[in-house]
Amino acid sequence: MIVKILGSGCMNCTTLEKRTREALTQLDIPATVEKVQDIQRIIAYGILSTPGLVIDEKVVVSGRVPTVDALKELIVANQKQEA
Amino acid sequence: MLLGVWILLYASLMPLVDFFVFKIVNLPSDSAFTSALHFFLYEVPKVLLLLMLIVFGIGIVRTYFSPEKTRAILERKSLFTGNVLASLLGIVTPFCSCSAVPLFIGFVEAGIPLGVTFSFLIAAPMINEVAVVLLFGLFGWKTALLYVSTGLLIAITTGFVIGKLKVERFVEDWVYQIRSGQQGMIEEHVTFTDRFERGYQAVRDIVSKVWLYIVIGIAVGAGIHGYVPQDFMAGLMGKSAWWSVPVSVLIGVPLYSNAAGIIPVVQALLEKGASLGTALAFMMSVIGLSLPETIILRKVLKLPLIAIFLSVVTIGIMIVGYVFNFVY
Repeated sequence: MIVKILGSGCMNCTTLEKRTREALTQLDIPATVEKVQDIQRIIAYGILSTPGLVIDEKVVVSGRVPTVDALKELIVANQKQEA
Repeated sequence: MLLGVWILLYASLMPLVDFFVFKIVNLPSDSAFTSALHFFLYEVPKVLLLLMLIVFGIGIVRTYFSPEKTRAILERKSLFTGNVLASLLGIVTPFCSCSAVPLFIGFVEAGIPLGVTFSFLIAAPMINEVAVVLLFGLFGWKTALLYVSTGLLIAITTGFVIGKLKVERFVEDWVYQIRSGQQGMIEEHVTFTDRFERGYQAVRDIVSKVWLYIVIGIAVGAGIHGYVPQDFMAGLMGKSAWWSVPVSVLIGVPLYSNAAGIIPVVQALLEKGASLGTALAFMMSVIGLSLPETIILRKVLKLPLIAIFLSVVTIGIMIVGYVFNFVY
């Protein structure tokens, strides 16, 4: 699973990254977490408000910071089914 | 059920504080300190209770709005209608100043006129739900309504004026060259339970960030309430001094506070004779223009446009201040 946090460095983005990492740890799902701060790359995902959360190139959250539990639900819902 | 508890707490607040200050601690009822203490003990819980209620309500309202929906609404609107809608939507769309850049780019790309985008960017921080509720709680519905309507008026007209100034050349070139991805957010299915949870989250997030400012702000207000002589401020901010409006606004522009912290100060100033127009103008210049947001906007706007933006909004606030002093 490739997870990206889109945000240009404000507190919300930092909190989202922290909570996402925590959620992944609690779920024990192996994933790479990348923080994308470059505005051009963020715009490429077509979102209008940061922070954003991208799971395997799909934007699942934009403009708010869900709780760790909400993030866990989102991550599980967006897990690719391994064949 | 929670609402019932809230009502009970709110209604019993004044009698409780009266009892505490006058019976238990047994302070003389005409000393400055008693006055200040009473003010402080009453206002802090009262403001916090109001805050919790309203942030919860607005948090839920905001789950019905998003920048994407706002953009869709504004996309094909004619100029003035766009300014009006953008200002109204600025109040209810969840928006953090840190997102100013992606939002600005997204709006420009969708072909939304610059003036309309500015109306949104001006309304969003200036018309703050925390401020609305606090003004309502402390001064009544007329003041709260005044605040919202003048805020809207400023956002609509300044956005319109900026739009007419042909400022497109002052937008950084890369904004026009960029092509944002088409993807955007996937459609969310939000249940009503989700909405309640997000409202509750909003209360936790905002109150935890803001409570200390409220306490400090009220402490300052309490000091002014108890200690500053009755008409001291009248000279400074009262109607008669023609320079009171511009001076207050100019003091307010570089200051930035969240709405919760500044309102108790405004209240104390009003009690000491500052006129309503001046006090409101001061408050709006404090919360409407912020240095962090200006710095962020520098990424997409060239300096002349930043200057135009700041000046037009500042002048708009001053005019509103004068009109109010005149009418009231």
